[in-house]
This record gives sequence, structure tokens and C-alpha cells, in this order.
Amino acid sequence: MLKSRKELDAELDGAARAWLDGALAEAAHDATAREAARSQADVGAGTTPPGSPYASPPWELRYAAAGRHCGPAHADSVRSLLLIEARAPLPSVTRLYEQGTAAERRAVLLTLDRLGLGDRALPLVEDALRTNDTRLVAAAVGPYAAAHLDPHAWRHAVLKCLFTGVPVDAVARLGERARGDAELARMLRDFAAERTAAGRDVPADLRTALALALTTPAAPTEES
Amino acid sequence: MRIFDPHIHMTSRTTDDYQAMYDAGVRALVEPSFWLGQPRTSPASFFDYFDALLGWEPFRASQYGIAHHCTLALNPKEANDPRCTPVLDALPRYLVKDSVVAVGEIGYDSMTPAEDHALAAQLQLAADHGLPALVHTPHRDKLAGLHRTIDVIRESHLPPEHVLLDHLNETTVKAATDSGCWAGFSIYPDTKMDEDRMVTILRNHGTEKILVNSAADWGKSDPLKTRKVADAMLKAGFTEDDVDKVLWRNPVAFYGQSGRLQLDTPAPDTLHEGNSILRGGE
Ligand SMILES: [Zn+2]
Repeated sequence: MLKSRKELDAELDGAARAWLDGALAEAAHDATAREAARSQADVGAGTTPPGSPYASPPWELRYAAAGRHCGPAHADSVRSLLLIEARAPLPSVTRLYEQGTAAERRAVLLTLDRLGLGDRALPLVEDALRTNDTRLVAAAVGPYAAAHLDPHAWRHAVLKCLFTGVPVDAVARLGERARGDAELARMLRDFAAERTAAGRDVPADLRTALALALTTPAAPTEES
Repeated sequence: MRIFDPHIHMTSRTTDDYQAMYDAGVRALVEPSFWLGQPRTSPASFFDYFDALLGWEPFRASQYGIAHHCTLALNPKEANDPRCTPVLDALPRYLVKDSVVAVGEIGYDSMTPAEDHALAAQLQLAADHGLPALVHTPHRDKLAGLHRTIDVIRESHLPPEHVLLDHLNETTVKAATDSGCWAGFSIYPDTKMDEDRMVTILRNHGTEKILVNSAADWGKSDPLKTRKVADAMLKAGFTEDDVDKVLWRNPVAFYGQSGRLQLDTPAPDTLHEGNSILRGGE
């Protein structure tokens, strides 16, 4: 889904490639400058320039403009590359999410697992899971959520996907985390009963997730 | 028939409206930021609103096969409230967003010095960001307000062809078109401007650089007024091509000056049961 630099280079036209080169250079420059500053004084924070509380480093403006320079279809990939190239620290990641359009937020969510932030970015995932925007919900249940969401929040995330019509395929490591989860199985059965009582179909994805939850945990050879 | 509503406040409208608009031919719209009816008391309230225009509302529109863009600004009314004016400092970070196709609505409400300042500052922001501007003309003292608006635009760095003067009527159309700006007409259910008067204006002034919108919001208004104008035009002898020019090509040309219009909307069959809007928030 996210494209590599090489794949993007093959698909972008000359102007877009040149724009991406410039943007990635700015991101890399920001990372270098930040690390230099940190080795001098232990700043530890992001790179908000002095002055206006609303000012941002140049690469963050590029992050916002990615869709119109590289095309909406490539915006996720370009933004993700920028975050990685800037080795974006938590304050930048949080700012880009909180001040972002839905598309900008999605790119943050899709990249969280590649930024070495540990579990400190979890509030962003939790925020996305509170929305009803299926693009954000789907992006929130990726590998980062699989690695860091606690069992209660993770079960609710699975349920939220079923409620909002996000395919459970979007849930990273579903098989592995669902396996033998009796509480998830209960929640899914209750949801199925509610649907049946209302005279509505039980979605196929619910059956899929339930089957996984009912798998016994003693199946260590199964790949997820 | 394809329709582009260049001025409608969808955050105040329901999903029934989206469905009816789609059925009537609306495939694209621009939602200008404006006053909520209830005064805001801090910039943060604007930021949440801007975020909705950049996040949730385009998502809702996409569920109904309609492309959603927005214009952002400090509106004329709240330009007078010192609790709100710091929004001007934050606008640059919003004006770089992909779906922002103009600065707006800006303009005059009561023609105060604070409104002078906000209008001039935001025309400059539009020029700085390569964006056109949607300029509302005041509901009270409209002709005098229009003349003052045009003077401020002349003094700005924004060329008149990057400005859409909106809420015009028979008394203001000539001064507006003479200024070189685009001319917008909001068609309301009551007296301000109706579809038959709009047809007469089109007969007298032609279809060049003229836009028609519903300006539907939380007040008495009708999101299908664009279609009703189209029907009235056809009934009065205008061609399908004239209708397409006024209700699609003109708004596309005006907002297209931003370089940011994305009109390839997903097909409406992405609407499915279990969809988060149909379920209404769990
Ligand atoms: Zn309006």
C-alpha cells in the first residue's frame, strides 16, 4: 500500500520527482539539524521554530502540499517517506496529526510503526479510533496498534471496524492477537446476537473474526 | 446534468441533503468557512471548525459521491471580535492544505475598521498563497459595501480575476462585473434572489464569469437551488451548454485557479450498509 522511493520514482513525472527530492532533502536537513542541536544541548523536543506558535519547519509545509504535487494517489507514500526521512520526533508527529487534514492524519497513522516512537504515539491511534471516518479507523488498526494497544482497546478497535464497515483485513496481526481471546469471542457473539435480534445479517467479517478468536491458543505453528 | 455548488455550508446540512443533491446532479461543492450562528469565543473554536472542513465533512460528502473542497478565513462578522482575530495568525498553516481552494468568506458585514483590516490582511494571504478569494458582499447597505469592497481589492495584490464577489443582485451586478471580478449569486427560498430573477440577470449580462450557488446553511435555505436555476434556464431557452457553463465550468475555472481542485470523486456505490454515517455515531 505504501510505495517505496524507487516505486514512486517510477510513477511520478519529472516535476513531481524534483519536488519530492527537494522535500526529502528538507526533511533530512531538519533531522540532521535537530540531532546536532541535541548533541549540543539536551533539547529532546521537536523542531518548532521560534516566533509564531503556529510556525512549522519547511518540510512540514511540504507534508501538507504532497497531494497536489505528487497526486492524491501517492500522497500517503510521499508523506510517509517524509516522516521517515525527517526521523520525525513525537512533537512533530503529534503536530502533523493534530493539525492535519484527514489525509495527513492517515499518513501519520500508517507510518507510526516505522518511527521508533515506542508506545508514546498511542494517543493518536486512540483519537483516530474515536472518529467515525473509516479512512482513519482503517489506518489506525495497522502494525502500530497491533504492537501497542492494550487488550481492551484492541478488542474495541476490532469491533469498531465491524461497526463501521472497515474490512477486518485492515487489522494487523488479527489472527495472532485474536487467537484464544475469549473476551473478544464474547463481544463478537453479543454483537452477532444484537444484529440477529434486529433482523439484520451478521457480516461475514464478524464470522471470520469470531472463528479466529475461537481458535485455541495452543497453535504456535500457525502464522498470522 | 453536472452541477458544482460553489458556496454551500454542508456542516449545517443532513445526509438527506447530500443524497438529494447527488440525485439532482451535484457532483462537487465548495464549503466556505463562516459564522456558526452562535458566536465563537476563541481561536480554538475556529480550528476545530477548519479541521471539520478538512476532515469529517469531505468524508461525509464522499459517501454520497460529491467532491468537497473548502475556503478558509476569519469571517467578516467575527473579524470584529478581539477574542477571534488571532485566527489571522494561524491561517497560513491552514491555507497550505490540499483541499483549500480559496480564502473566504471574507468581506464586509458592518463596514468597521476591524473589518477593513481583516479584509486587507486576508486578500494579502490569498495573494501570498496563490489562492483566489471568495468575498461576501454585505446584506445591509449592499451597494455602498460593494464599492468599498472593490476599492480594497484594487489596493490589494490580488488581481480581480482571482476574486469572486458573492451574494450579488440586480443592483450590484453591474459594478461587480465592471470590476473584473467573478460574480456570484446566492439563490434563496425567500426574497434575496430567486431563480427567475437569476435567469433575467443571465439574459441581460450573459454567462461569462457568473456563478450561481445555494449558500444553504443553518437558516432558511434550499440546497437544490442550483438545480432549480438550471431548470429555469432551460425553460427560458438557454441551452444545455449554457447551463453547464454557469453551473459547472465557471466554478471549475474560478476555483481551478488554486491548482487544487480534485474532481475525480468515488462512485456513489461505495455507500454500503454498515457505513459509519448511516449508523450515525454508534
Ligand atoms: Zn455563506
